[in-house]
Amino acid sequence: MNRAALGALLAHWRRHPLQLLTLVVGLALATGLWTGVQAINAQARLSYAQAAATLGQDALPRLVGDLTLADFATARRAGWPVTPVLEGRVPGSRARLLGIDPFTAPPSASVPGLTGDDGAGTLTGFLGGTLVFAAPGVSLPDSLPEARVSAGLAPGLVIADIAVAQSILGTNRIDHLLILPGAREGLVPLETLLPGARTAAPETQGDLARLTDSFHLNLTAFGLLAFAVGLFIVHAAIGLAFEQRRPLLRTLRALGLPASRLTLLLAVELAGFTLIAGALGILMGYAVAAALLPGVAATLAGLYGANVAGSLGLSPVWWLSGFGMAGAGLVVAGGQSLWQLARLPILAPAMPRAWARARASTLRRQGIGGVVLLGVAGLAAVLGNGLAAGFVCLGALLLGAALLLPPLLSLVLDFGIVRAKGPLAQWLWADARQQVPGLSLALMALLLALAANVGVGTMVGSFRATFTGFLDQRLASELYLTAADGAEAAALRAYLEPRVDAVLPIPSAEAVLEGAPGEIHGQPDHVTFRQNWPLLDAVPDVWNRLAAGEGALVNEQLARRAGLWAGAEADLGQGGRREILGVYSDYGNPLGQAILGMAAFGAAFPDDVNLRFALRLPPADAPALVDDLEARFDLPPDRIVDQASIKAFSLGVFEQTFAVTAALNVLTLGVAGFALWASLTTLGTMRLPQVAPVWALGVTRRRLALADLARALILAAFTAVLAVPTGVALAWVLLAVVNVQAFGWRLPLLAAPGDWAALALWALVAAALAAALPAWRLWRMPPAQLVKVFAHER
Amino acid sequence: MSVRAIFLTLLLAIAPGASTAQGFAGLGQGGEGFDLPEPGRVFAFPADHGPHDRYRIEWWYLTAVLDGADGRSYGAQWTLFRSALTPDGPQVWMGHFGLTTPDAHFSGERFARGGIGQAGVTAVPFDAWIDDWRMAGNTLDALTLRAATEEAGYALDLRAEGPLVLHGGGGYSVKSATGQASYYYSQPFFAASGTLSLPDGDVAVTGRAWLDREWSSQPLEGDQEGWDWFSLHLDDGHRLMAFSLRGGAGFHYASWIAPDGTTTPYYGDALMLEPLRQARVARREVPVEWRLRLPARGVDLTVTAVNPDSWQATLFPYWEGPVTATGSHGARGYLEMTGYE
Repeated sequence: MNRAALGALLAHWRRHPLQLLTLVVGLALATGLWTGVQAINAQARLSYAQAAATLGQDALPRLVGDLTLADFATARRAGWPVTPVLEGRVPGSRARLLGIDPFTAPPSASVPGLTGDDGAGTLTGFLGGTLVFAAPGVSLPDSLPEARVSAGLAPGLVIADIAVAQSILGTNRIDHLLILPGAREGLVPLETLLPGARTAAPETQGDLARLTDSFHLNLTAFGLLAFAVGLFIVHAAIGLAFEQRRPLLRTLRALGLPASRLTLLLAVELAGFTLIAGALGILMGYAVAAALLPGVAATLAGLYGANVAGSLGLSPVWWLSGFGMAGAGLVVAGGQSLWQLARLPILAPAMPRAWARARASTLRRQGIGGVVLLGVAGLAAVLGNGLAAGFVCLGALLLGAALLLPPLLSLVLDFGIVRAKGPLAQWLWADARQQVPGLSLALMALLLALAANVGVGTMVGSFRATFTGFLDQRLASELYLTAADGAEAAALRAYLEPRVDAVLPIPSAEAVLEGAPGEIHGQPDHVTFRQNWPLLDAVPDVWNRLAAGEGALVNEQLARRAGLWAGAEADLGQGGRREILGVYSDYGNPLGQAILGMAAFGAAFPDDVNLRFALRLPPADAPALVDDLEARFDLPPDRIVDQASIKAFSLGVFEQTFAVTAALNVLTLGVAGFALWASLTTLGTMRLPQVAPVWALGVTRRRLALADLARALILAAFTAVLAVPTGVALAWVLLAVVNVQAFGWRLPLLAAPGDWAALALWALVAAALAAALPAWRLWRMPPAQLVKVFAHER
Repeated sequence: MSVRAIFLTLLLAIAPGASTAQGFAGLGQGGEGFDLPEPGRVFAFPADHGPHDRYRIEWWYLTAVLDGADGRSYGAQWTLFRSALTPDGPQVWMGHFGLTTPDAHFSGERFARGGIGQAGVTAVPFDAWIDDWRMAGNTLDALTLRAATEEAGYALDLRAEGPLVLHGGGGYSVKSATGQASYYYSQPFFAASGTLSLPDGDVAVTGRAWLDREWSSQPLEGDQEGWDWFSLHLDDGHRLMAFSLRGGAGFHYASWIAPDGTTTPYYGDALMLEPLRQARVARREVPVEWRLRLPARGVDLTVTAVNPDSWQATLFPYWEGPVTATGSHGARGYLEMTGYE
């Protein structure tokens, strides 16, 4: 009996291959979406890890000063676990050169892709100065040793043995000694051992790391969102599979198949679908990832260990989460259907359930549920505390918006019915309203997909703008110089002043700000700062007052921690008590910071000898000036930093991620469009009894088909209209609630109406494409088939 | 994999785990361009205590069997390896640390480039160091040794109570039937005293120590897998150094050292070594009890590891720890076993 019944169930798919395709592809797409998001998240992590490495955001303390390799040996011989680092610019090139000591470098300083077979030769070449490692795309002058390309290096980076780097850069110095963990107690302090050197905390500790943590968190949230979109689609696909086979199920029951047995068989069948479609989906997501992400192999290696190193391996984590995705859809959607099936009266009419659900009570329940959920979201946003509240807010917002879609749609369509003129128009509106329940799941998926797109776009755009602003603040000038001492500083200044647009000193000093350690900077009055330092809060005429020596600017961290904003007075330690003239964003910096005008800074810290300068000049002149300075002042390259190239590189890293995110958007929208198409196709068959009488009354198939198309567009347009505020709210929750809860600062939300409009247009295109085939079929349907409707009893 | 691990893997030209193909720690590699040991060379001391850069590999190898004031047996090992990547450099250095108690074993390693003073050896005054690990003294007869890891350390004074001993033919030590050889001499007569720093506190110790000096450019045959090496201080004042090279044709050698330093070499079947008991150490079977016979001298010993778990978890891992022997003589000493997979 099992075999016969299962055969009958499966025969349905043989007779309706399109439905089978719908189910499998729907499940697979949902799974693929989830897998793709995982891959993109992984790519993001890799990109930021590279960016962080290149910007030198090492988390280790370091010993700085006038150091050589002999000093390194002295420190090692005293028992200190230190390793030397030399950084500079490859002469005649934009590439950044990093000199390391492979014998003492920490395991984290990995150079991926070096595991060649030519063992001793590689090391001999590396130590002997005939071999360096370079990131892909770096072009080096001929004077440099042979460069072996290593894909895992941060873009623009060249790694050489430290002695080789010294000879390339023409110095016998090293930049600093990284102090590794694991020093024994009772060692002679490094400052005693090497007079003149001093220990420095990790530079601008974790600025970028914190920013990227925030971005990772947001991407993770979107991973969950993709999961939700996928769930809706799986739900729709499995629900449809049941709807379509109700007549068959009735027949099987009437033939004597027990309900429990039928339920079991269907469960087995669904499990089979889960496995097949889940596997397909994982492979699909993986293929998308492989096509989109050139660096995914390295990413995987970084995330899941060396086992998949070098190859694009499929992690068990992906398989598990992919099957989990499909399985969750199965439990949610299939469980409900199976439960109903088990209680189905034996001769219950095989009327499509979609019709039965077109009850006002369902819509009312959805409406009430939606409003309650939105209320919960609002409460969580306003009153909630902690990251969990942020995610509750996020979930409630999405689900609430999705639930509100059908009742709102019905309201609009009711309004349309009232306003419609003529019987045909009225029928069109009424018919559209009648179809809302059948399409509601697909439309909800479309809503979520669109909202996710709007949210992703807005969040990523805001993040990008924030990051650009952050870089502009920090790296506004073309070149940064550090002089060895006061005399050199004066000489440099005298030489440079007639040659560049501006020489801006960058004095800084440590100070206790509102009772906590922090930093005070002096800032000359220059258009660079007026243009580039965005202020979150400011008193009127802030820049002029700062230049006049009044007050101070403080960073957002200090302002939030002390609760002091523009107009209040802050205790800046050695900087004195000063009025806060403005608050600037300082993303990621854990410490408080304040900025004084140059004169005020000089008065507060009279002994400070400024050695650092920022130079403003036409960007095109920067390389020539670097070469000139290096030659004229015998400056080691590490004391001249060309920030423009670092900035360009960092932005490039972000752009890559944004491109990938855009691809994700297309995928999401495609999946939602597919769900819509599947629903419309099914409905197109099921609603023939509604269409046939209208046709019999004289409305041509062509007009009916066009009406179908128009209806799909109207529904999609309305969904898009609702999706935009939902997506913006989503982005706001992420940037202003989740981020604040997680990191203590908020990212500004920057609207991009143009993008939203384009997205709405794409939604319409997707809907038109989805509706095109069912409409075409209606147009081309043989009249005999329409006539048959009257002959068949339904 | 860290840069260091990559480079040091490359450095000693090892395919890790490929001991069957290439010999342990790359010692079976060819010696192209390097100087090769030749019979008949007369050592010049103290100059030969210093490095011989034209040879591929060289080591200063100290082992000490120690009795603690707490009545327990201990073992200490310190090794400084020098390796030349090419006959003209660069030189790279590797230090190994081992400290064995009856129920624990501590190991550590350090790496350094040559030429910057981070590691090196000078003959006069004698000084061998890598980072803060150091074995030094005015002459080789009176040395102090200090080394420590994050977990444990030792500080030992070493006083020579006998002469230097040359193995093989006047220090020319053959390592295979086809003639691979190294220069090899020892100071097996050190009296040792000092302090061990253990996680539970310091322990004062006294005992005996043995320094090996060896350099070569190709000490192993390509098909030799590794070796089992014994250094024993016998109760009657004799010393016995014995090793067996496994794989290929195999190779046995022993030096019988009288209390006055007179040394007699024994080759081939004169020395019989037989593993009696294996222990599971670091996921492999390692023999930790041996029968050692040198019938020409009436020696028939059962040699047992003080701590079967004396595993040196270094980049090139091996077993090295103190042993005690019973049978024809009572003895204490050290056992080193390499190339067990």
